[in-house]
Amino acid sequence: MSKVHSAAKLKRQLLFDRVFRKTTWLFTLIVFTLLAALIGSLIIGSMPAIKTFGFDFLLNAEWNPVTEQFGALVPITGTLITSIIALSIGIPISFGIALFLTELSPPWLRRTLGTAIELLAGIPSIIYGMWGLFVFAPLFAETLQPWLQDTLGHVPGIGLLFEGAFMGIGILTAGIILAIMVIPFIAAVMRDVFEIVPPMLKESTYALGATTWEVIWYVVLPYTRTGVVGGIMLGFGRALGETMAVTFVIGNAHQLHASLFMPGNSIASALANEFTEADGELYTSALIELGLILFLITFIVLACSKVLLMQLKKREGSTS
Amino acid sequence: MIPIYTRRRIVNAINLIFSVLAMGFGLFWLFWILFTLFNKGLGGMSVALFTQMTPAPDDTGGLLNAIAGSLMMVTVATLIGTPIGIMAGTYLAEFGQRGWLAPATRFINDILLSAPSIVIGLFIYTVYVAKVGHFSGWAGALALSLIVIPVVVRTTEDMLRLVPDSLREAAAALGAPQWKVVTLVTWRASRAGMLTGILLAVARISGETAPLLFTALNNQFWSADMNRPLANLPVVIFQFAMSPYEYWQELAWSGALLITLSVLGLNIAARLCLRKH
Repeated sequence: MSKVHSAAKLKRQLLFDRVFRKTTWLFTLIVFTLLAALIGSLIIGSMPAIKTFGFDFLLNAEWNPVTEQFGALVPITGTLITSIIALSIGIPISFGIALFLTELSPPWLRRTLGTAIELLAGIPSIIYGMWGLFVFAPLFAETLQPWLQDTLGHVPGIGLLFEGAFMGIGILTAGIILAIMVIPFIAAVMRDVFEIVPPMLKESTYALGATTWEVIWYVVLPYTRTGVVGGIMLGFGRALGETMAVTFVIGNAHQLHASLFMPGNSIASALANEFTEADGELYTSALIELGLILFLITFIVLACSKVLLMQLKKREGSTS
Repeated sequence: MIPIYTRRRIVNAINLIFSVLAMGFGLFWLFWILFTLFNKGLGGMSVALFTQMTPAPDDTGGLLNAIAGSLMMVTVATLIGTPIGIMAGTYLAEFGQRGWLAPATRFINDILLSAPSIVIGLFIYTVYVAKVGHFSGWAGALALSLIVIPVVVRTTEDMLRLVPDSLREAAAALGAPQWKVVTLVTWRASRAGMLTGILLAVARISGETAPLLFTALNNQFWSADMNRPLANLPVVIFQFAMSPYEYWQELAWSGALLITLSVLGLNIAARLCLRKH
């Protein structure tokens, strides 16, 4: 009697197991489907624009809602240039921070400082935007911009980049704000990958008489190269898609200028500013196509970063 | 000609000094931004901020409807996103050893984790707002839940992987079926870690503005109807900060301080929660 009873009980438990496993599988499938749906809906939404403008959309600098002429060249270049400025400022600084946190900082300070830098990453982007517009931009226009024009502005070639009035807002300001925003992301990844370098490797190099810098430059950095590049790509992905901070300070002008002092536009800020006001199917669809382009760019960058970081993890597994 | 030994020491010193400066540079922005927030936002902190509606340009008021709207959307988004995230994370950690779904989802989840949030807003607009025909609090909550999911999936998986296999095996050896092993042993063992993930996700969506711009939009008046445009703190801050009215800008700074303090508070709570674990 009790045997039959326990057999039934076991069967029921096995059924529960199946149901539980299938449920988790189903939810995973939902997460998986979300991305497919995301890409699919963006492609469908941008179909009218793709049909009308074709490949020229990417190369056309005109953006005129009245005549319904749309081209993505200005926002795309704006997005790329601001992100590149952000990285060229952010990478050396993040490297310095990671170096400080892993090699120089006294242990009791390490955690506090690390947390402080991570908190910088936690501040909502709209705060960066407000701060950039109301605090940083006026100061920037008064001090740094004249200084840049006086010094770098006279260098032939790159002098072009620093022409124009000191408005405070513009491509360069957006790039600098983005730099502050990506520093914590890149620094956190760099710190994490620096920490996986086996102490024995570093100690051996110290024992050969190397200075701290030489250990970093010739041992730590080569060992973690792929991880560092992965972290940089992660920061790049962040910078590309950042919306609010850029919208506040970039100036939102559909113009192409050589000077970094002039206002421009980025994909994300064009979307934030114009999407709710867009009337007409073509206008909306052109904006959705912008979103699609942004998503594809970040997708490629993030996929690269993920592959690189995975390679480092694999090597870490094989050497230790 | 400097001897090579001295030169190496000089190079070392210069680079290490640069490193200290870089650290200072990073902290400098953090403190400058926090200082600005307190400086400009603290003045507006009053009871009226929490009890009155967002005002017309020439009127006085508070941020009550925006705070309420934000709380509602964040709550709904967390309620939608957390179960999906935990279940999917459980599959990845516990049952995903075989098959194509787990590696593919892991990859996609990492992409979603850092996908531009404005694109997520765009997605919800095309699949929900455009179909229904009006902006609504539900759409905003859906967009936010899409940001919650990847964070929770990621932390749940990571935390479940930290649970030693011997614990699972011990439970299985006692005859516990798999669903009991997962729910009563591994989930319980990694409870603090999973809670951390949820807190981080809530912190992340509390300050999100971009996906709300064309989903929840904004509402100048009191509304608790999720099916209509819903006021929310980030978008109100955005509109008020960009406005020419001084009083609106002051309100925006107070709102900014409020939002930053809650986000940083959640971040710190998440850290403490993990440390205790």
